[in-house]
Amino acid sequence: MNTLTSLLLAAVLAAGLAGPAQAQAQQKSDPDNPEANATWQQMRTAVFQGRPITTPAEAVLSLDAPERAQDAAIVPISIRTHVEQRPERYIERVYLMIDNNPSPMGAVFHFTPRSGRADIETRVRVDAYTHVRAIAEMNTGELYMATRFVKASGGCSAPPGKDAAAAMASLGKMRFRVEGEVEAGKPALAQLMISHPNNSGLVMDQLTRMYTPAYFVRRIQVSYAGEPVLSADVDFSISENPNFRFYFVPSGAGELKAEVIDTNDLRFETVVKVGAGT
Amino acid sequence: MVGGLLRTAVCAFALAGAGLSGANPGVEPLPVAEIAPGVHVHSGHQAAWPGARADAVQGDIANLGFVIGEHCVAVIDTGGSPALGQRLLAAVQRTTTRPVCFVINTHVHPDHTLGNAAFAALEPRPRFVGHARLKASLAARAPFYREALERELGVVTTAADIVPPDLEVDASTELDLGGRRLRLQAWPTAHTDNDLSVLDEASATLFAGDLLFIGHLPVIDGRLLGWLEVMDRLASQDVRQMVPGHGPPTRDWPAALATQRRYLEGVRDGIRRALADKRTIADAVEALADTGIDGWLLSADFHRRNLTAAYAELEWED
Ligand SMILES: [Zn+2]
Repeated sequence: MNTLTSLLLAAVLAAGLAGPAQAQAQQKSDPDNPEANATWQQMRTAVFQGRPITTPAEAVLSLDAPERAQDAAIVPISIRTHVEQRPERYIERVYLMIDNNPSPMGAVFHFTPRSGRADIETRVRVDAYTHVRAIAEMNTGELYMATRFVKASGGCSAPPGKDAAAAMASLGKMRFRVEGEVEAGKPALAQLMISHPNNSGLVMDQLTRMYTPAYFVRRIQVSYAGEPVLSADVDFSISENPNFRFYFVPSGAGELKAEVIDTNDLRFETVVKVGAGT
Repeated sequence: MVGGLLRTAVCAFALAGAGLSGANPGVEPLPVAEIAPGVHVHSGHQAAWPGARADAVQGDIANLGFVIGEHCVAVIDTGGSPALGQRLLAAVQRTTTRPVCFVINTHVHPDHTLGNAAFAALEPRPRFVGHARLKASLAARAPFYREALERELGVVTTAADIVPPDLEVDASTELDLGGRRLRLQAWPTAHTDNDLSVLDEASATLFAGDLLFIGHLPVIDGRLLGWLEVMDRLASQDVRQMVPGHGPPTRDWPAALATQRRYLEGVRDGIRRALADKRTIADAVEALADTGIDGWLLSADFHRRNLTAAYAELEWED
């Protein structure tokens, strides 16, 4: 399965390095020691080449997630950054990792100076007690990390969605809006909602012993007035009906446009007109 | 008080049943109460599944039942662990020598389905009956339920402990127990996407599954607005008593439905207001965390979860 994690690892893995711990291997995590996790150590080597990572890094970014995942299918995640996106120094990528999920790299968000702020809010599935990580990579190469430990909730809460048939019926429906007053040159908040089952494909039919095929949103590209403000490679760790809140910097009047591509190569597009400063 | 009456009935039954031969020595039959002739109910603890290693809950939180016809028996939900299924089977066999011909699951949740395997071993094997969407939901969720059972209680299960339905209901159907009919109704998405209710026509007893909670805070794991609609249809049914999925069986089920409606509408209205105020999902859950939970049990376990689910549903409203 081409999950984001396996694609990332395939791209950077040196020959002879072991593959990622996959679905079956439940990693043990120590709530007080985010470094002590085998999956994280592998990702750290493979994705970040063992480069130094500053953590905690409150001056650069913070991560908010509930201590207990009330609904394992919908765990709100909020990544806030405290760096102005200037052309000479800005946050170029934010990696969202969930150590003990079957595909630990949940998303990689790409930002530009025109993003204004590299904040992101979304919702994820949490399969087991796990650390969640947000790692910011500057255009100049430095890495900063914020971590939170999230407990999967009581036994009857499960990551699969709530209504499989309904999720397929409304596939591809989108909502896209800009929130609040828009002022030219000031970061404005946008929200993109995508109706999609975003399923993991890790579910085995007990009778046929076959796995259902994975079907999820894999890429999102957002541009304002033709210039990229956010793109993201995402995965089925993102909850059903993927939902993202992010910033962009409006100038004059322009169009904010979102393109979404899923693993069946279906493409969905939506546009919102932004009248900044008018 | 209903709880007091039930407990008395349980004790009376335990004495009366002591003389009947148990088919499975060493397995302690679950206590059950006969709430109408031939209709037996086991009342689970008001607790969150599966409980902890040290406590008395051990997965036993849902109401389970069986209905005895002239030819055979239908079991309605099987308990939150394989051991509870064995104990329910022992309770059936202590009550009657008639065979179990149907095992009905009212929905996917582990407290209602994880005892199935005890009945799958019977000869002849009963039919397993569920909503047409139960099989897919069970396949998706069972691995997490099994893991929780092991993590919280140390109970190790196998894939064979998960028994899917082989008789699927997509609208409604009737089951014949010999001189006694059960009417099964598959509902649109409400508490879950695979809710099935069971009406015993002879006694006008409706096993509502988790479409009705009493005491235990209702849990939204399907569609809040769908559930409110299904409750309207439940309220119009001509039944003498209802067995909720959690809490005591009741003849005053209109009041129980009204209490549940008040909570669910409170969640709906609170979330709609939060959406109108442009609150994020995390802010909305925080703001409403103490609202509407008076009188309910287990709100610390489920209220925030309900708010989260309701937000994710209602943000798509037009
Ligand atoms: Zn339930």
